Amino acid sequence: MEVGFIMILPLVVGAMLGALVLVWWERRLLAFLQDRLGPNRLGPFGVGQMVADLIKLITKHDWVPPFADRVVFTLAPVAIVAAMLMGFAIVPFAPGWHIIDLNIGLLFFLAMTSLAVYGVLLAGLASNNKYSLLGGLRSAAQMVTYEVFMGLSIMGVVILTGSFNMSEIVRAQEDLWFFIPQVLGFVVFLIAGIAEAHRAPFDLPEAEHELVAGFHTEYSGMKFALVMVGEYLSVILTSAIIVTLFFGGWLGPDFLPPIIWFSLKTGLFICFFVLLRAAIPRPRYDQLMSLGWKILLPITLLNLLVTGAVVLLAKG
Amino acid sequence: MEVVLFYIAASIALITSILVITRTTASHALIYLIVSLLAIAVIFYLLGAPFAAALEVVIYAGAIMVLFLFVVMMLNLGPSQVAQERRWLEPRMWVGPSILTLILFFEMVYILAGTPALTSGVAVSAKEVGERLFTTYLLGVELAGFLLLAALVGSYHLGRRYMRARREEIG
Repeated sequence: MEVGFIMILPLVVGAMLGALVLVWWERRLLAFLQDRLGPNRLGPFGVGQMVADLIKLITKHDWVPPFADRVVFTLAPVAIVAAMLMGFAIVPFAPGWHIIDLNIGLLFFLAMTSLAVYGVLLAGLASNNKYSLLGGLRSAAQMVTYEVFMGLSIMGVVILTGSFNMSEIVRAQEDLWFFIPQVLGFVVFLIAGIAEAHRAPFDLPEAEHELVAGFHTEYSGMKFALVMVGEYLSVILTSAIIVTLFFGGWLGPDFLPPIIWFSLKTGLFICFFVLLRAAIPRPRYDQLMSLGWKILLPITLLNLLVTGAVVLLAKG
Repeated sequence: MEVVLFYIAASIALITSILVITRTTASHALIYLIVSLLAIAVIFYLLGAPFAAALEVVIYAGAIMVLFLFVVMMLNLGPSQVAQERRWLEPRMWVGPSILTLILFFEMVYILAGTPALTSGVAVSAKEVGERLFTTYLLGVELAGFLLLAALVGSYHLGRRYMRARREEIG
């Protein structure tokens, strides 16, 4: 089990650039769907907009509210981004292209997403503001709930592969991508992934109609930028994990190299995440909870039961 | 190499554990407890139990501590609680626990002096853990299942009474 140290720098730079591009791409794609133009003034197709946004955020006054818990308030956005970047360590981009080929890779991903929750919670708590606190409370309940099925929904894949290792999971899909036998697992993982990334329609922790901006109401300047980067990183990471677990990772016909296949599939899911935001309204908080516990959990358990039974029968 | 890593992780776990009980702000104590759990996960990994290490992070640090933090946020503790905590942490409160801990410490030193290293240094795979859970330790798993079911039924019962009261209130 060797560590690909060479991969670390390109990966961190790539992920950060990806998050930056996604800020612009999301606005363009949303505008296209809503029959608007979106940012189109700076450079071709408005690409310069992301540089302008970056300069604006860097030069803004970095303000910490006097009533906030200073240390925790400053560290919370860092915790979000750090946990998300750590999650990228186990993603196999192509055969041999990974930072670490951990035997418990899938569990490592779950561990990192569950640690990212703390950034959101502590940001809400340290802001010492009632809207932030409510946003933090909501995200705690939402993420703990959806983490349960997120973990359970991918156990079907683990049963079929017989391993938590990400590269082995991809190799096991050479004949058939797992989204066909594991269609229920895939749907539940997709929904749980959106909820974990607290993206629309499940962005209740930051519902702007009720909570100003939820847990990041008090954040500005680079700290706000880090919170947003964390959100986009989580979109990219979730898409990459969905592709790895259910859509054959780097596998694809030979006319394109594996890394291109992986990027294309991941890009498709990122676009899906963005378009979903324009398509579905936000549910009420109790609807979100009952969807989770009353529908998704039974579906996941059923999927696990059937998968286990089929694998046992096939073994004879 | 592993020994150095072990001592680093162990000292982080010890220091953060002490900080957990001496903090007067509940949220700071919880953050130190999370760091302590992460350090223990590193120790598990070094002892050759990667599966236990992952579960330590996913379940203890990732789920149970979130619920603790959730409760702290619900209670919305202010400066008055900090002052109260400070009052409770008087020097004489340390006497009893310190004596008991000292006894345990001497016991541990005595045991460690007599026996060789406790771990075999062989990595335990997730599959092995699963097999053991459903054969050797089946009774324990079932008992834990009973306990969880009882907790589930209990919380449902309590919640139902509360919801009924709420519904009557609303009319």
